[in-house]
Amino acid sequence: MTDEPLLRVTALSKYYGSRIGCEDISFDLWPGEVLAVVGESGSGKTTLLNCLATRLLPTSGTASYRMRDNQWRDLYRMSEAERRFLMRTDWGFVHQNPADGLRMTVSAGANVGERLMAIGDRHYGNIRSTAVDWLGRVEIDEERIDDEPRAFSGGMRQRLQIARNLVTGPRLVFMDEPTGGLDVSVQARLLDLLRGLVTDLGLAAIVVTHDLAVARLLSQRMMVMKDGHVVEAGLTDRVLDDPRAPYTQLLVSSILQV
Amino acid sequence: MSEIATYNFAYLDEQTKRMIRRAILKGIAIPGYQVPFASREMPMPYGWGTGGVQVTAAIIGPDDVLKVIDQGADDTTNAVSIRAFFRKVADVAVTTETAKATIIQTRHRIPEHPLTAGQTLVYQVPIPEPLRFLEPRETETRKMHALEEYGLMHVKLYEDIARHGRIATTYAYPVKVEGRYVMDPSPTPKFDNPKMHMSPALQLFGAGREKRIYAVPPFTRVVSLDFEDHPFEIQTFDQPCALCGAEQVYLDEVILDDKGGHMFVCSDTDHCEKRQACGHRGHLAPAALEPAQ
Amino acid sequence: MATPLIVSEVAKAFTMHLRGGIRLPVVANVSFSIRAGECAVLGGPSGAGKSSILKMVYGNYGVDQGQIIVDHHGQLVDLATANPRTVLAVRRDTIGYVSQFLRTVPRVSALDVVAEPLVARGINRDEAHARASELLGRLNLPERLWSLPPATFSGGEQQRVNIARGFITDHPVLLLDEPTASLDATNREVVISLIEEKKQKGTALLGIFHDADVREAVADRIVDVTTFAAGKVAA
Repeated sequence: MTDEPLLRVTALSKYYGSRIGCEDISFDLWPGEVLAVVGESGSGKTTLLNCLATRLLPTSGTASYRMRDNQWRDLYRMSEAERRFLMRTDWGFVHQNPADGLRMTVSAGANVGERLMAIGDRHYGNIRSTAVDWLGRVEIDEERIDDEPRAFSGGMRQRLQIARNLVTGPRLVFMDEPTGGLDVSVQARLLDLLRGLVTDLGLAAIVVTHDLAVARLLSQRMMVMKDGHVVEAGLTDRVLDDPRAPYTQLLVSSILQV
Repeated sequence: MSEIATYNFAYLDEQTKRMIRRAILKGIAIPGYQVPFASREMPMPYGWGTGGVQVTAAIIGPDDVLKVIDQGADDTTNAVSIRAFFRKVADVAVTTETAKATIIQTRHRIPEHPLTAGQTLVYQVPIPEPLRFLEPRETETRKMHALEEYGLMHVKLYEDIARHGRIATTYAYPVKVEGRYVMDPSPTPKFDNPKMHMSPALQLFGAGREKRIYAVPPFTRVVSLDFEDHPFEIQTFDQPCALCGAEQVYLDEVILDDKGGHMFVCSDTDHCEKRQACGHRGHLAPAALEPAQ
Repeated sequence: MATPLIVSEVAKAFTMHLRGGIRLPVVANVSFSIRAGECAVLGGPSGAGKSSILKMVYGNYGVDQGQIIVDHHGQLVDLATANPRTVLAVRRDTIGYVSQFLRTVPRVSALDVVAEPLVARGINRDEAHARASELLGRLNLPERLWSLPPATFSGGEQQRVNIARGFITDHPVLLLDEPTASLDATNREVVISLIEEKKQKGTALLGIFHDADVREAVADRIVDVTTFAAGKVAA
C-alpha cells in the first residue's frame, strides 16, 4: 500500500445559484479503495461525482489527484487537454445508462478499442486481441465482438461499458448508479463481476448509489449524503451496522427484508 | 456583355471576396484546419459546388485560366455549368487542359497530369468534418481537433477492417496534414490521396453549405491514416484504360449495353484524350481513331 | 507483545432517532486485556452486550467512550478513534474475525472464499489454495463442495467455510463469534483443537461461546460482561 492518497478533496462546494448542490465536502481516497456515496435523489451525490470527475466545475474548494508520476495536480487548474487525457487513460466513468458511455453505432470491439486507439495504438491485431480479452473478462462472448451494442441486453451493455473503461488500466473509476435500471438477477451478476474486477485490478472507485446493498458489497468506506451535506461517513460495515445519524438510521431501517 | 454589367467581377462583391480571402489565408497558415466563413447564397443549389465556386470567385483574376472537372470529366453538367458561369461573370479564359490551367476547380478528383507550382486546385466539399459520422456534436469535434484527439478516426478504420477484413473506405479517406490536423480530402477516391502529399500546387477546399474553408499549402505533408498491420493502399485496376491503354490511372466503369457489357476508361477525360491524340490505344478504342498506317 | 489487545473504559449506547431519540445504553466501563496465547471468553446472559463488545473491537460498531488499543505491527492503535483506513489495515493484518454467519458472495467458490484473506495479504494463489484445502479437509467439508459457491450450502457447511476462512491467517488477535453454533460433535472437536493450536502459536483469542463444553475446553478466563452493565456506571 502506498503512503499517499490518490485523490484529496477539500471543502468542495457546488451551488446552483442560491441552491446547494453539495457543500463543504472533504475526504481522501486511497489507491485500491472503494468509496460509496449514498443518498436519495437530490441529495447531491451525483453533483459531487460530476465535480470530482471534472464534468462540472465546483463553486469552491479543491480536488487534487496524484498522477502516475506521483505529482499532485489540482484538477480544476489542469488544462482541458490534460484533463481529457486523464479521463481516457487513468480514469474511467461508468454511466447509469450505458448508452451515455458507449458508442451505440460502432461494434463492441471498437468500443473497447477506442481508448487504445486514442492513446496511439495503431496495430489492428493487437487492439482486437485486447478487445477479445476484455470481452471475456466481462463475460461477453467473443463472437459478439463485431455486433453493435444496440443489439445487446441492458446487462451486456453495462458490462461492455465497464470493459471500455478498464482497458487502459485506470487507477480511478467513477460509477454513477452502475446497477440502476437493471433487473435484480442481472444486477447481482454485474455487482459480482465489478467486485471481482475492482479487487483483481486494485482499482480505486467512487460509486454513487442509492442502494445500500451495492455499497455493502462493493465498498470499504461510505459517505451518506442528504441535502448536499455528508451526514455520516466511515467504514461501510460500521455505517450500516451501527448507523448514527438520524437519516442513516432511516435509510438502513428502510431496507426491505426478503 | 451588357447583360452582366450589374454584377461585380466574378459575381461576389469585393467585401465578400475579402472575407473569403482572409479565411483562405488563415486556412493556408494552419494547414488542414477548418476555417468558418460567411458562406453566401450562390445562383446554384447547395451540393453543386457552392463552396468551391466561392473560393474560386475570391481568388480568380482576369489573367487566370480556369479548368473545371466533375469526377475527372470536363464535359459533365456540373463542370460545364460552372465553367460557363465564370466565363460569364469574370470573362476569364477557360481550358480543359490541366497543364494550361492556373485554377482548377474540381469535384471529387485530382487530375492525372502532375500539378505544378503556381497552380491552384479548388475542391468542392460536401461535409468537411471527417469526425462527423462518429461524433455528431460540432462542439465536441472542434474540441477534438483543438486537442488533437483523433482516436475516433481510427475507430472508423477499425470498423472497416472488422466488417470487411480490410480498410474498405475508398473515398473521402481521412488524412493527417503536416502532422497535425486530420482532414477530409473531400470525396476524392483514395487513389488520389498520394497526389496531395508534397504537391507543388496550392490546394483549397470550400464547403458552401457547411460554411468551412480549409487548405493544404504547396509542399505540405499529407499522410493517409492507417494501421501498422493494415497499411494504406490505393486502388489498383487489373486492366488498362479501354480507350487509351493507360495504366496506373483511376478508371471509371462504363456500362455499354444491357447485357452486362462494360469497359473501364480513364476518369480524367483530358488525360485520356491527350494520350489518344498521341497515338496510345486501348482495346476498345474506336477504329476511326486508329492512326493511319 | 505480550498483551496485543487492551480494552479500556469503553462505553456504548444506541440513540434511536426514529424512536424519538431514545438512548439505549449497552455497556459501560468495559475494561479487560488479553495476553498472547490466551483465550478469553465473554460471559453473561443474552443481551448483556457480548456481541456489541466483539463488534466494537472489530470496528463494526462505533465506540462512544474509552479506548481499544491493539498492537498493529508494533504500533499501538486506538481502534475507538482510528480512521477507516487504519481499521481496514488492522483487520487485514492484526485482527481476524470468525462471525456466526457467512456473508456469501455469489459465484465465488468455497476454496476461494477461504483463501481470500491470504491472497489479500499478498500470498500467492496456489499456496493460499493449498492451505485452504488443508483446513477444509480438517473440518470435514466434502471435497466435491470446495469448488462450489457456498450460497447453497447447509448452515453447518457454511459455518465450516467461515471457520476455515477465519483460521487460515495468523492474525495476532482472533475474534470468535459463536464459531461452533451449528456444528456436530466431531467438528466441534476440530474447532477446539484449532483454537488450541492458535494459543500455542501465541494468538490472543476473544470469543463468545454459548456451548458450555466448548467454552470450558478453550477458555483460560471468563470476562464477565454483566459487570459492564451500562446502568452501573451512572451510580
